[in-house]
Amino acid sequence: MSTATAEPARPRRARGRDDRSVGGSILLHATLIVASVISIFPIVWLVLTSLKPRDGWLSTELKIFDQPSLDNYVRVLTETGFPSWLLNSVIVAGLTTVIGVFLASTTGYAISRFRFPGYRGVMWMLLVTQMFPVAILIVPLYNLMAGLGLLNQIPGLVIAYMTVAVPFCAWMMKGYFDSIPREIDQAGMIDGLTPFGTFWRVILPLARPSIAVTAFYSFMTAWGEVAYASVFMTGEDTRTLAVGLQQFVGQHWSDWGLLTASAVLIALPAAVVFLLVQRHLVAGLTAGATKS
Amino acid sequence: MATSTGRVTGTARDRAAGADDGARGRGGPRKAGPFRRATSQYWYAWAMVAPVIVVTAVLIGWPLVRGVYLSLTDATEATMGRTIGVNVIPSTYEFVGFGNYVDILTSGVFWEKLAWTVIWTVACVALHYGIGLGLAMMLNRRLRFRSFYRLLLILPWAIPGFVAAFIWRYLYNSDFGVINAMLRAAGLGGVGWLDDPTTAKIAVIAVNVWVGVPFMMVALLGGLQSIPAELYEAAEVDGATPMQRFRHITIPGLRTVSSTVVLLGTIWTFNMFPLIFLITGGGPGSATEILVTYAYREAFTGIRNYSGSAAWGVIILLLLVVMALVYRRALRRQGEVW
Repeated sequence: MSTATAEPARPRRARGRDDRSVGGSILLHATLIVASVISIFPIVWLVLTSLKPRDGWLSTELKIFDQPSLDNYVRVLTETGFPSWLLNSVIVAGLTTVIGVFLASTTGYAISRFRFPGYRGVMWMLLVTQMFPVAILIVPLYNLMAGLGLLNQIPGLVIAYMTVAVPFCAWMMKGYFDSIPREIDQAGMIDGLTPFGTFWRVILPLARPSIAVTAFYSFMTAWGEVAYASVFMTGEDTRTLAVGLQQFVGQHWSDWGLLTASAVLIALPAAVVFLLVQRHLVAGLTAGATKS
Repeated sequence: MATSTGRVTGTARDRAAGADDGARGRGGPRKAGPFRRATSQYWYAWAMVAPVIVVTAVLIGWPLVRGVYLSLTDATEATMGRTIGVNVIPSTYEFVGFGNYVDILTSGVFWEKLAWTVIWTVACVALHYGIGLGLAMMLNRRLRFRSFYRLLLILPWAIPGFVAAFIWRYLYNSDFGVINAMLRAAGLGGVGWLDDPTTAKIAVIAVNVWVGVPFMMVALLGGLQSIPAELYEAAEVDGATPMQRFRHITIPGLRTVSSTVVLLGTIWTFNMFPLIFLITGGGPGSATEILVTYAYREAFTGIRNYSGSAAWGVIILLLLVVMALVYRRALRRQGEVW
């Protein structure tokens, strides 16, 4: 690992990329260990707190694992609205994802493959709509929903999430379609398929893994959305998770035991799926720019 | 992303791609009327784009137009038309021109919030990028336990944003939070992290850094791995120092990835609603309120000021669009086609 063995023929040989001294190695590992600890500590602490007994979160002592109990989990699942919030979140996020991916996949394909009048406009539209701050659409949408009687209704929230999901899904799908060689389309066309046929029978089946990733990411976006959900879903039985959890730690009353247990229940499945697909996520998000 | 390329490049690329009949005919003789020709040539592309155009127009375009219109009125909760039971109360708000904008731009609140939003965005994105790049470069070396470190370091990204916000609120809790417990154990007094404007600002930035570094790290690691190793080997043979290799190979090699992730990161951070809303609620006072959360609070607390909030929204959107344009122009000057 040391560079001390410099050959006499090349006296000024610079230090190579993967050579480093023992001290360098220790420093490298020490930095990475510190960074990793910072990265996982809050999550570990969350899990530990959730496993404490009923009022364990009140203790200020730094006991790592004291009388573990599933009390908080039992209470969350039986005494609170958590199960129905969970159901609402799953329905809203699921519908958003299915409709979003379905609508966006054809657009993603068209802007990946064809140059047509209006192409630039569509690209710009997709890009600009992703910058839209929540503040500009939320009031008109709120009034619209109020007028249509869709406040506190699951379809209302799904419609609001379309404004986020559709441009985003189209953008991701375009990135993935770009990575499928055009020769495959050409082969399909030569065999007599129409552009739609090529898309439907050849490209879409090939893009199945990427559809899964796009779907997952838009699911997560809807799953974690706070602003629209807080305003649109105020009824006791229509809350989503992001709104419901705020009840546990209100201004006058808070129970961090309930909160930590439900946080673990929400984060665990999401984290597992996330870790399985994360490699593809970055590729999809940055593909638009790197493959021009 | 061919949005900035001229027509010529676009056509050339299409021809190279070959999948598109339209490009070939673009320079050809015009027999039928141009409109009919275009329709017959591009109808499938337009048909495929149509669903998204329709949805965007209805769900984003219309509310946007209406939002801009509202921002030019004096609509509040009291003047907005509504239906209570069977009684329909008509709207009574009036057109006031640019009054709302003048009010906002001449108020101290706007500039205060803008300054903090800029500090928040710049600090967060700089820390995201700096820490992300540092970690990515460490992980890009030959290293024992590399995939293990990588797994631990991306975990924060796997946690949904609102859950992360709640976790950190608990950690910061002045009575029961573990951070203060550690400080006390070390013999220092506890700090009311979210009660003081300065510490609250530092606290929310820290959380956003925790949440955002993994994405930067993974994206930049992908960029680093796509730089051909031969370049480094050649530089080593030529006797380039590690610093020179970093400046002349790593930095240029990362440029395309960097430009995208910095733009994405800036937009995300600028519009980062859930963290601030859930951790501090904008407080103490309104010290940690960024433009987006302020506009939201304006619209949905107290007497709901719909028109004022819409005007804030328009201003925020304009700021972002201008920023994206300036950014794009700066990149193009450096020879990037974005």
